Amino acid sequence: MFRRRAGTPPHSSAQAALRRDQGAWLLSAAALTLAPHLLTLPLWVSALSVLLLGWRASLLWQGGRTPNTYLILLIAVAAGIGVRVAFGHFFGKDPGLAFLALLLGLKLLETSSMRDIRAAILLCFFLQLGVFFDNQSLPVAGLALCASLLSIGALLSLSDPAAGTRERLRTSALLLAQGLPFMLVLFVLFPRIEGPLWGLPADAHSGMSGLSNTMAPGSISDLSLSEAIAFRADFAGIPPQPAQRYWRGPVLSVFDGTTWRAARHLEGDRPPYEPSGPRLDYRITLEAHNQRWLLALDFPAGSPDGVRYSSTFQAMYRQPLRSRTRLDLVAYPETVVGLNEHAHVLDTALRLPPDSNPRTQALAQQLAAGSTSPEDILARTLARMREIDLTYTLRPPLTGTNGVDAFLFDTRRGFCEHFASAFVFMMRAAGVPARVVTGYQGGEINPVDGSMIVRQSDAHAWAEVWLPQRGWVRVDPTALAAPGRIESGMAGALPAGEVLPLFMRPHLSWLRDLRFRWEAVSNSWNQWVLGYNPERQREFLSRLGLGELSWSTWIGVLGVMAAGLMGLLFAWALRQARAADPLDRAWAAFSARLARRGLNRRPAEGPLDYGRRLAQALPDDAAEITDITTRYANLRYRPPASPEAVRELKRRIRILKLT
Amino acid sequence: MGVDALTGGARRLVDRWLFRLRRPEAAPIILYQRRIYVLPTAAGYAFALALLVMLIASINYNLSLGYGLTFLIGGVAVASIVHAFRNLLQLSIRNGRTEPTFCGDNIVFHLLIDNHRPARRPALCLRAQGGSTAFDLAPGTVTEVSLALPTKARGPFPLGRTTLETRWPLGLIRAWSVFIPDTTGLVYPAPEADPPPLPGLTAGDAHGQRSLRAGDDDFAGLRNHQQSDSPQHLAWKVLARGGPLMTKQFSSLEGGDVSLEWSSLPSTLDDEARLSRLTAWLLMAERSGQRYALQLPSRYFPRGSGRVHLHQCLRALALHGQPHAGSSDV
Repeated sequence: MFRRRAGTPPHSSAQAALRRDQGAWLLSAAALTLAPHLLTLPLWVSALSVLLLGWRASLLWQGGRTPNTYLILLIAVAAGIGVRVAFGHFFGKDPGLAFLALLLGLKLLETSSMRDIRAAILLCFFLQLGVFFDNQSLPVAGLALCASLLSIGALLSLSDPAAGTRERLRTSALLLAQGLPFMLVLFVLFPRIEGPLWGLPADAHSGMSGLSNTMAPGSISDLSLSEAIAFRADFAGIPPQPAQRYWRGPVLSVFDGTTWRAARHLEGDRPPYEPSGPRLDYRITLEAHNQRWLLALDFPAGSPDGVRYSSTFQAMYRQPLRSRTRLDLVAYPETVVGLNEHAHVLDTALRLPPDSNPRTQALAQQLAAGSTSPEDILARTLARMREIDLTYTLRPPLTGTNGVDAFLFDTRRGFCEHFASAFVFMMRAAGVPARVVTGYQGGEINPVDGSMIVRQSDAHAWAEVWLPQRGWVRVDPTALAAPGRIESGMAGALPAGEVLPLFMRPHLSWLRDLRFRWEAVSNSWNQWVLGYNPERQREFLSRLGLGELSWSTWIGVLGVMAAGLMGLLFAWALRQARAADPLDRAWAAFSARLARRGLNRRPAEGPLDYGRRLAQALPDDAAEITDITTRYANLRYRPPASPEAVRELKRRIRILKLT
Repeated sequence: MGVDALTGGARRLVDRWLFRLRRPEAAPIILYQRRIYVLPTAAGYAFALALLVMLIASINYNLSLGYGLTFLIGGVAVASIVHAFRNLLQLSIRNGRTEPTFCGDNIVFHLLIDNHRPARRPALCLRAQGGSTAFDLAPGTVTEVSLALPTKARGPFPLGRTTLETRWPLGLIRAWSVFIPDTTGLVYPAPEADPPPLPGLTAGDAHGQRSLRAGDDDFAGLRNHQQSDSPQHLAWKVLARGGPLMTKQFSSLEGGDVSLEWSSLPSTLDDEARLSRLTAWLLMAERSGQRYALQLPSRYFPRGSGRVHLHQCLRALALHGQPHAGSSDV
């Protein structure tokens, strides 16, 4: 086949108007890039970005002139001012992303040259990176991969306007597939540098959820509705029983009538108690919560790097947890703590605002009146609370200023914070030192990978009572009303009729199962992809036998790997070229089939001679064989051959039946 | 001029030592891996800078996926080097025909590019001497690519240093190959813009209105064959009967014969102006249907007409005073 074409003038790169198919690629890449940002950006920025994209799309499909450059500049300046006003500052990830999103829309509007279009695609890549500030989960990675595919397709549409959509998608996917090995090698080998290169802007760690160091009615029941994962734990041996799964968070000793707060406490390198009893070894992977406390199982000991111990028996990290952190911890559940507690700590644990909750104060004093010891008061109080017949509910009614009174005497419906708060209040009013402990209670084992998952919905509040011979003793008043809460989690504790969060509904067990699988996958994702930090890198490289890499070996290894991958790619390029002639392959297949029947083609024999000899040897197939050899001779020696004719020859060879 | 000479010299040096370009290559020119070069384009450098910014952001904010995205796109850019290279690999280039043209017009070179691979070769660009043409190659075909180049002087016009390049797939990498195809076009002198009328009939044409010319009109008889006669007009039948070499003559009813002579042009005209005028006259004579003879200082073309005659005459004008004026390889 012989094709002629007139010389077309080369594409002038200066004034290439956006063609419709290029525009479609560019717009879809931009839309997919912007989509995840729309949820996090301020509403007006999202709306304006969508508007700009829509404007561009309507220009593309309905026609019309692109807006004046000055108008675009004006909008850009206005957007800059708007971002400055909305965020109060300009440099930082949030205003940066907002501004980039607007800039992408504006850049798309003014695309008049190849350079503009390329700049828009680079903006798309920046914004794809920007999605990871908020979310680095597996689906988001998949989304970024799709957006990259479209962005590369948009680049392809610039350099090759003649290709069809499918061809562009295929080339784009091929490029991504070939880029993947480079990514893997660099991801593993590129030296990870710890921490920021310069001071991070103030907003770098906003938007993390979890416990706070205060507790007011409602603060934990709000968390309970969140299915988000707070942390994971992998136990070296048998995991503790559900009733032992108390993960200690902030200890709240100060009460002002409505809100419980943490008191100031000391910190040291060693725990303020002698660990004793059986030992539990586990590895905890905490989600970032931007606080210093670790949610360690009672009672932590051992000294992993960076961990300190507070006088309220919490394990604290040296700095707020701003990224997912893994630590190897030890717990001694049967340790006796606080035997020699400081007087001022006990004093704080007795203090109450004088006029708050008078009815409860009266009840507590009445219970304390005839008692002989703090243990006795404890027992009587618990008995009394049981008599009151309190109900555990996710949706406690609102209470006024005297919340404890209202809970114990009027509404009798509450969540763990109500129970803990009321119990500690009663103990203090009866003269027994007590405090609220918040944290997480429970956790479920993922049957897929065996790790224990603790969610925000496992957030819990319980109490500690100080008894003279026994130190601080954990009491969980919620167990009075809802013993199931401790044994089998919230689903078992709530009375029938209470609306459970979706995943806790028993008849949706397949959903639970699916979620377990998904969480096992995302756990490995977290551990291996997101958690690939300098330590992990060192660990991994030493497992590969590379050990501590010096700069020169590192460059050497990286160079060898890169050269190897490049070599493979070039081998691919050359191989394709050599295997390219389908005609030769078809002829070789034909010759091979006849060679199996003892009719080898002689080296000096041309196709027609060979065909004649074959026709004599196989008279029954003579016609078909002659046809094939003639076709081949024509295709081979009367160039160029059309692909259709070659395909036809191949088909004939395939269907040839030798008698 | 000095700077131009210097860069010209540098370019020749680069051509000789890096690209191993010396003299025109005989067809087919096959682009093997050793003669394909790749370097980033300006867009490629901008892309690399953007990737660096993304890497720094990933380091600063500790974004594992940021590293992943940056390295992935970087890997794609690296893979695009090989794609660009492969887009040129094993193309084979042959010379096609090249039509002579008048000075000042574009001369169009036709090259035949053979794509053996059963895959499309998109976004190729052929460049030479200030001209360029963009094209795609269909799978497994030979494509004729036309390259129009501006002409500034008459005479032979070698295609010379030619570049075949591609920025496919992403525009970040330019892959190119340089070669000198052994093909030369011919540029006729530019016809004078406003030439004086044709010189009058010559003395030798005293036969009156009925004149002889090598047209397709009526057969008018035979005459003895002369060296300059077109073989088309040989009287083969006579020859076949064993007769002498005769030339068929055709008659036309109008027009006289014209003799265009170098020496009879005004002495105020320089050589190029004379060539221009003669060119214009040749064209006028051909158009008017007259037979014309051309007398140059070194050559003589006896009376004749038609395309072949015209081009022989124009060719002689084009090559007038050139070192290889007599050679016929052009």
